[in-house]
Amino acid sequence: MADSDAVVTLENVTVTYGRNQALADVTTTFERGAVGLLGPNGAGKSTMIKSLLGFVVPSQGRMRVLGLDVATSPIAIRARIGYMPENDAHIPGMNAVSFVAYCGELAGLPRTDAMQRAHEVLFYVGLGEARYRNVETYSTGMKQRIKLAQALVHDPDLLFLDEPTNGMDPKGRDEMLELVRDLAHNKGVNLILSSHVLPDVEYTCDSVVVMDKGRIAAAGPIEALKQPRGRVYELRVKTSSDIEQFFGQLRAAGLECHATDEDVVRVFVPGEGGARQLFALAAAAGVQVRHLRPSVPTLEDVFAHAVGQD
Amino acid sequence: MPIHDQGYRRYGGGKSAGRAWLVIMTTGVRTMLHDKRFIVLLAASWIQFVVRAVQFYLSANFSQAALIAPNAATFRDFFDKQDIFVYIVTVTLGARLIAQDRRANALQIYLSKPLTRAEYILGKFAILAGFLLFITWVPAVLLLGVQVVFAGNFAFLTANAYLFPAITLYAAIEVTMVATAMLALSSLSTNSRFVGILYTGLIFFTSALSSVLRFVTASTSLSWISFGNNLAQIGDVIFRVPLHYQTPWPVSLLIVVLLTAVSGVVLERRVRGVEIVA
Repeated sequence: MADSDAVVTLENVTVTYGRNQALADVTTTFERGAVGLLGPNGAGKSTMIKSLLGFVVPSQGRMRVLGLDVATSPIAIRARIGYMPENDAHIPGMNAVSFVAYCGELAGLPRTDAMQRAHEVLFYVGLGEARYRNVETYSTGMKQRIKLAQALVHDPDLLFLDEPTNGMDPKGRDEMLELVRDLAHNKGVNLILSSHVLPDVEYTCDSVVVMDKGRIAAAGPIEALKQPRGRVYELRVKTSSDIEQFFGQLRAAGLECHATDEDVVRVFVPGEGGARQLFALAAAAGVQVRHLRPSVPTLEDVFAHAVGQD
Repeated sequence: MPIHDQGYRRYGGGKSAGRAWLVIMTTGVRTMLHDKRFIVLLAASWIQFVVRAVQFYLSANFSQAALIAPNAATFRDFFDKQDIFVYIVTVTLGARLIAQDRRANALQIYLSKPLTRAEYILGKFAILAGFLLFITWVPAVLLLGVQVVFAGNFAFLTANAYLFPAITLYAAIEVTMVATAMLALSSLSTNSRFVGILYTGLIFFTSALSSVLRFVTASTSLSWISFGNNLAQIGDVIFRVPLHYQTPWPVSLLIVVLLTAVSGVVLERRVRGVEIVA
């Protein structure tokens, strides 16, 4: 990927909080479109976004957003980006339309334009009917939407969305994801979506940067990352001994096992061995295979592989 | 119809930079002017102006009232009497300015917009300073004008040509110190009531301590311990009236400058887009 396609670049960025290294020599790029920033809690996702916003100053490294250096042009960058914070955030004592218009004015819009945009954006995020209500009376889902509205009001070129579906009910979550997807794919807004919810990222984003323990664990287009470097199976077994012992034998043979929410285990068999290798290992361990189904790699597999989760 | 089909339009208009502090100030002022209790407070703070105007009218038009003719001390006294309103406005308005933003996590909203921390602080400062000047500098300057109108000549103004600069300088020092101190306290907590109590405690505690020391030492040379005393001392110098206390006025000025500087440092440390607990 050429740098000219990148909306954000980080070069050897390190951020430390006291003794903790939140970002460790991170070098990566975020291309145009929708990019997911994935990682477990504490991986450094929010720290990365806050560094790009200029809230946190790295101890070393260089960052560029929309071609501008974060260290030297933070204001010019903030004029062109929108930020939807992870936690509840609003300006106290204002109704929704005043709040969003105020944010527009802070971003440099003339007062009348800011008010007009506030109405439009509130309708867009689904708060049109509630726009004269005080933001403090909003439900969690509505607060998520108003945070998106304030990030959008000045029409940014790049949106940072930090866990946008946090605390939302399933219907609200689906609607929020639709909005995010629409912004990225139909409205030409570049966005970086930070989340630990894999289906959210998979649904809305074209590419992904996976973080773990302050480092980049994997990065690239989701489809490319999902390309199999072997085969994936769903496996259910019965054994008289400890099942973990069997999984240990699989791992020793170079296979990857990831537990799912259901009672099946996803097993990644590298190379050409396929099911035959799996059956051979089960037979050698005296384990009955009760269910074996070929599967397609998901972002979850990519994520689990990248961060080394079982 | 899905929500997103209702449309999102790209913005084609212009954007202007560098006026965010003005937006913060005007919005803050507008919000306060919707508060009826605050309007009543502002109106009450102008009562002294009305009383002084009557005094000026009587002294200008009735020889029997020559005793109450205005002089420099009258204007110095005007500021002294306004201190109670300065205190009430500072506590009711100033305590919430940053504390409420911190409670609602608004700082990360503000600082993700194209404005610096200095612009944010300036905007908040301008709200409080604007109202404080409205109840100190504005009526004091208007009183000068009222005196000219009632006297029908510029004799008083000419004889006391330093009064306008004195009023302006003293109001600027008082408002700057009070507003920065209150903003600094407001940035330390998310609870505006606590901030108000803290400010009140500081004012009254230092004043009480100063009184106790005065009683113990039989001298006012330690009056610099009280913030209010320092302002009073500087005011006396500026208005060229006898000093209230034995503390040298440069010491009082130094205390005021130090307090303002410490407040500035506190604001610099507390007003951030993210709170880091290392």
